[in-house]
Formats: sequence, structure tokens, C-alpha cells
Amino acid sequence: MMANTIKITKGLDIKISGKAAEKISKIPHSAVFEVNPESYHGITPKVLVKEGDTVNAGTPLFHEKSFPEMNFVSPVSGKVREIVRGERRKVMHITIDTDKTIEYKKFSVKKPSDSTADEIRALMLESGLWSFMRQRPYDIIPNPAKSPKAIFISTFDTAPLAPDYEFIIRDQLADFQTGVDALSKLTSGNVHLGLKSDASVFSTVKGVIATVFSGPHPAGNVGVHINHINPVNKGEVVWTIHPQDVLFIGRLFNKGIVDLTRLVALTGPEVENPQYFETISGNNISEIIKGNLKKVSYPLRFISGNVLVGRKITENGFLAPCCSQISVIDEGTETHEMLGWAMPRFNKFSASRLYLTKLLRKKEFKYDARLMGGRRAIIMSGEYDKVFPMDILPEHLIKAMIAKNIDKMENLGAYEVAPEDFALCEFVDTSKLPLQAIVRYSLDFLKSEVE
Amino acid sequence: MNKLRNLVDKIKPDFEKGGKFEKLHSVFDGFETFLFVPNTTSKRGTHIHDAVDSKRTMIMVVLALVPALLFGMYNVGYQHFMAIGQDAGFWATFWFGFLSVLPIVLVSYIVGLGIEFVVAQIKGHEIQEGFLVTGFLIPLIVPVDTPLWMIAVATAFAVIFAKEVFGGTGMNIFNVALITRAFLFFAYPSAMSGDKVWIRTQDTFGFGGGQVVDGFSGATPLGQIATSASPTIQITDMFGHQFSFMDAVTGFIPGSIGETSVIAIAIGAFLLLLTGVASWKTMLSVFAGGTLMALIFNHFGPDTAAANLPWYYHLVLGGFAFGAVFMATDPVTSSRTETGKWIYGFLIGVMAIVIRVLNPGYAEGMMLAILLMNIFAPLIDYYVVDANVKRRLKRAVNK
Repeated sequence: MMANTIKITKGLDIKISGKAAEKISKIPHSAVFEVNPESYHGITPKVLVKEGDTVNAGTPLFHEKSFPEMNFVSPVSGKVREIVRGERRKVMHITIDTDKTIEYKKFSVKKPSDSTADEIRALMLESGLWSFMRQRPYDIIPNPAKSPKAIFISTFDTAPLAPDYEFIIRDQLADFQTGVDALSKLTSGNVHLGLKSDASVFSTVKGVIATVFSGPHPAGNVGVHINHINPVNKGEVVWTIHPQDVLFIGRLFNKGIVDLTRLVALTGPEVENPQYFETISGNNISEIIKGNLKKVSYPLRFISGNVLVGRKITENGFLAPCCSQISVIDEGTETHEMLGWAMPRFNKFSASRLYLTKLLRKKEFKYDARLMGGRRAIIMSGEYDKVFPMDILPEHLIKAMIAKNIDKMENLGAYEVAPEDFALCEFVDTSKLPLQAIVRYSLDFLKSEVE
Repeated sequence: MNKLRNLVDKIKPDFEKGGKFEKLHSVFDGFETFLFVPNTTSKRGTHIHDAVDSKRTMIMVVLALVPALLFGMYNVGYQHFMAIGQDAGFWATFWFGFLSVLPIVLVSYIVGLGIEFVVAQIKGHEIQEGFLVTGFLIPLIVPVDTPLWMIAVATAFAVIFAKEVFGGTGMNIFNVALITRAFLFFAYPSAMSGDKVWIRTQDTFGFGGGQVVDGFSGATPLGQIATSASPTIQITDMFGHQFSFMDAVTGFIPGSIGETSVIAIAIGAFLLLLTGVASWKTMLSVFAGGTLMALIFNHFGPDTAAANLPWYYHLVLGGFAFGAVFMATDPVTSSRTETGKWIYGFLIGVMAIVIRVLNPGYAEGMMLAILLMNIFAPLIDYYVVDANVKRRLKRAVNK
């Protein structure tokens, strides 16, 4: 059956070099793994282990204070090395001395089709896999007390240099199907699958409503899919989950273990051999980047995620739980461009017509982490609209957010968006405003005021 | 380049907190970011950014204004030498205009940027580029014989009360250059209207002196129409020769310095539209509104010269084209929604013609029309945004 096709016209494909080749290398687990509660936005962790405790992959390390059944588990087996606390005893991170071979905690499982929704919910909370899902509104880990009207999975990522999930998952479709079967029990509505094309390997997945999205980035963003298919109204909840994380749910129900093995794409202009690595979140990225970077004299920036929404980490940083990509770019602090406002700057990418980007038809441009200008009040109009393919007025929503106007935020679509939806707006913004930070802050503010 | 960079790095500490010239930090920062793209990197959020910034955007607008300025300079000389009955040749004509206009440009920039520098330092902000455009617009929309002290006072008033009190670049409700013009118009009416100010009859710095030819009249075409007693249209040059439509298009007519040549303005418009800095929707709809309203007056209006003026004359005379291209499209004071831009532009065109035709006190309506619509732009946006809100609420109910 042909899936419905939705054509996205607004958006922007950023031309940047360093896409991962379809090649997988296995890398060793580092001696120490790190779990960082900061990776899970909005939770208050209560630690369940002590330093020196032995844990298996799947053993809870901490749980959420307001939902004690919501566990966050160890990705590997080993010994708890250190629980680092910061100001006011806030848990900064937990480190684990890793075993050579991973021991898995055993969960008793049934096939999803033989399980009730409550059983599946309980198992996902217990096994820590709940934390891989996101809820809209607020872009947080789903509130277990609320049932979603639909669950959305985008099976493709259009962000710059994004990993190719067709390549990653094509040999693991059985686990993916099981994961989808489990998820579909958790919603009264449907599981929606966003596909890249009708020829997608995901088009064989059963029990879902598949929709093809074509067009430039952010055509692969799940927020765009939700807005076009079943938008979030006030009081409604939808869940989303990344395709690799669906595999974890599938493995849990097929094998009874929490196996967080995933492929991570090492990408970016400063990477010598961009490719995929098989690893586990919590691993040190130095294992991945070792020997794979270009030899350069300038400082580099390492990003857990893509260049638009990822988090800045150090070269000894740890892989975040949902991370499927590491990007490496020039930090840019050593670059001094004279009279940039007047120069042609042929090697710079711009979505505007103030540069010759479009005429040059080049494939690659030079990028670094500079803002490329000074921060200003919003001056130009219509910039955000051109890269924001939703029935939302982005500039007006942002202004309502800056003004902390709750009624306006609600009315203009704050419940439908996540910070990542504004990444392209932030990229093209002449005024260089931190739009994703504004959205993140405002969603937290909205939640604290409304709930 | 490295030498310059080293020099900047060397003196930089003096301008930072605790340095000798701490009080000039904003000025230093302004010059540093002018010389070098700032090295600030993103801490969170998007790690890479588009190469566009507000400096480049503003400079593009300034570039687009250059043809109008150059032509304006030439036309000042052209009108002057015609008035004194001399043929000075191309370069002397331009030189006279250059000498006459340059002081206005300097006064506008020195006063405006001076205030911006001080305010930026007081607030601890970066110096912003908005005034680069405003300071360039002001000389183009005033008559050449406006006393410089008036321009200084008006610029200071506009920058302080129309911009800085609202929060600076991007926060103003009214177009700052037009507030300067409006201030001049209402504060010094005798110096800003009538037929004495549009053509410089005196010498400039001792250059280009001469006696005004007999029978000279320096009224602008729109001024002539507004004061015309008969309903037939008589627009003439200073010696009573009829102006043709092409004279108005090329711009060899009296008027504010930069507004007369539709060709020079069209070059600027082309640049703005090509680079996408100005909205074609706003621009087009101003002309559409003006055309429609003028046609209505042509057919159903009162029997006056202004109402009888053919619609295509309305679009090329006075500040209509200049306002449509450079003033109405100011993104800060215009409607910010795409639908709103159509309405906003259209109403500017309509209002400009209504004021021209129906209000005998004002020969030109463009300035007031744009300022008026500046007030209404947020209201237009309110209704456009409200439609989106209603659609969203309906969606929730209809399920």
C-alpha cells in the first residue's frame, strides 16, 4: 500500500561536508562509563546505588523523585565508581567501572501482543526505557500518568550529516517491529511512522500509519509530522521516540534484557573518515574520535548530536543516551575575518541572498561555531517563516515566549513545539538570537505555571 | 591584516572593565566588530550560524540608497545652475551638489551616531547598525536648503524620542528618518515648505555663485498642484516650461534631495529585492494602493488639479516611489506578518494619495501615510495572528 505523501516546501538543507560512510567499526568500551542525569531534561534524580555497588546493564541507578517507578538504569555492567554531587547535593554524574563483558539484568517478558498496556508501561518504566521517549507538550520524558493520543516516530533525520536510519536498522527490523508493537499498546490512538520515501525499509513495518514526508530539512523532524498529521491541542499529549531507541524496546521484549548497543555516526568537516561506530551510550567519545580527526592547528568543537541541536561536549565527554551522532567542527575562535560585512566570503553558507551561496552551486562551505555577527533585537521579518513548515507563526510565538505571556504561548502553539523545531530559525536569524534556549526556558516556565 | 589584529588585541584591555578607557568600551567594540567579524561562539543551541548579520543587511540598504544620493547631488547642482542661468558642465554641477549635500550627511551621521554611542555606553550595549541606514535616509528626504542646525535638532529628537526611549534598533514604532522629517515639517514649517527651500539659489562655500534669473519659481510639482487654483494640471519648471512625465521619471525636477529620480530609486529597489532585504509584497502593494486610489480620484474625485493628476504621475512625483521602496519596507516599523504586509503597503499607497488630493495643507502625503500606517501595523498583525489562533482553537473543537 502506498503511504500518504506530504510535501514540505519550507526549510533549508545546509551543505556541510563529512557525512558518515556506510561502514561500521566496533570500538572497545572505555574503562569508565558515565551516566549524567542532566541528559534527562526536567527530572529530579534520587540515587538508588552506593559507590562500590555491583550493577548489571539494566540495574536502576536512580529514579525520578515524583514517579519512583520511573527508573534510569546502568547501560553496562560493572562497579559504581563515583557519585559526583555538586551544589546543594545535586547529582552531577555517576561513573561506573566497566566489566570486560557485559552482564545483563534479566527481565521477565511476554510478547507485546500477550501483554496488557499496564504490563508494558510497568516494564518500560522499570527497565529505564521509558526515559527514551519524549512527550509533547513541553518536550520532556512522558508523564506516566497521562495517556498519549498518538505516538510519532520519524524514521529519517534530515538534519545536517544526520545518520541514516535505513542503514542502521535494516538488519534489525524484527526488533523494531516488536518495539512498535509494544508502543502501540500504550496509546488509544495510532503509532505514526514518518517515512523518507515509499521505498523505505520501514514501509514493511506493520500496525502503524505510515506517511511519507518529502522536502528539505526539517521534513524529518517529528514535530513537523505531528503538526501535519495530528497536532497537539491544549490538554492533549503525544509521545515521540527516535528509531534507534525503538530497537531497545524491541530487544527488551524479544530477549528480556536492556541492550543499549547502538550505532553512532561520527561526522563533520574535521573528521578524517566519517563512518558509523557500534557502541553504547555512556561511553567516552575519545574511543570514537581516536585517530579519526584531521590534523589541524585550530581548536575543535565536539558536539553530541548534529550541528543544529546537539550539545557541546569535550573530547573526553560521554555519549548522551539518545545520541546517534557526533559532529566535529572548527571552534572558530582563532579565525579573524576582516570586514566580514563587506567581503564576498565565497566559502560561507547563507540562506539569504546577501551572499552568493545560491549562485555558486558549491557543495561544501566552511563552518565554525562563531555566531557570525552581533546579537540584536528582532529586526528582519519573515526569516523564521521560510524555514518553519508548521501552521504556527514562529516569530510571534517567540515574542510571546520572551514576554512570558502564557495565554499567547498557548494560543500560538507552544504545546506543539520542541526547541529543535526552532533550530533552523536560529541558524538563519540575522539577529543571532538563542531561540532554542528561549523555547526550552519557556516550555519549562509554561509547565511550572500550568501544571 | 595580522598587524591590525595585533594592534586591536594590544589596545583591547584598555577598553575593558577596569581599563583606562573603560567608558569608551561600546565605541571600541563598535569599531572592533566593524573591522573583524566577532569571535563570539555559540554556547548552546545551534552550533553553526548563517553568515548573514545585521551589519551586512544594513550595508546593503545603504548601498541601495547610493544611486539616489549621487543623483540627488547632481540634481542639486543641476537645479542650482539652471536657476542662475549658467551651464557649468557635468563635473562642476555634481561638485556643487556634492558640496551642498555633504554637510547634511555629516550632520545627520555625527548627531545620530553620537547619541547612539552615548546611549550604547550607558546601557552597556553593543553599538547597533540601525542608524547607518537612518543617517543615510535623512539627507535624502530633506530639501537642500534646510538649515543644518534644524537637521541636527530634528535628528537628535528622532533618535532619542522615536528610537532610544523605545529600546533602540528593532524596538521603535515609527520610522526614525520619517520622524526626523516630520519634526522638521511641523517644527519649522516656514523653512520646510513653500517654494524657497527646494533649489539652492545661493553659492555653496563660495562655489557656484550667481544671480537668480528673472521669473524664477522654485516650487515642486506637487506644491504647484496643491496650490493650483484651476482644475487643469500645470506643472512647470522654474521658468514655466511644462514638465513631462519623463522629467519626473529621470528626476530633473525640484524636490527633496534623494526623492526625485525614479530611475535611481528603481536601481535601489532592484538591489533590495534581489538580495531579499526588502519585502516585494510591501513595495508592490504600496504602488497598487496608490494606483487604485489615484484612479478613483481621476474618475470620481473632486474637480481639482490634485484629483485630476493622472495616476502614473502620482507614482513618480514627490516622495511616493522613495517612500514605497525605502520607508514602507523598513521591517521594524512595517507589518511583520506576510498577509499583513499586503494590507499595510496597500493602505500606505491609498492614504498617501488621499492626503495629497483631499488635504490642501499638505502637498505631499507619503510621509504622513507611512507614519500613520506605522501606528496601524501592529493592529494589522494582531488580526493576522488572531486568525491563526482561531484556526488552532477550531482545530481542537472540530475533532
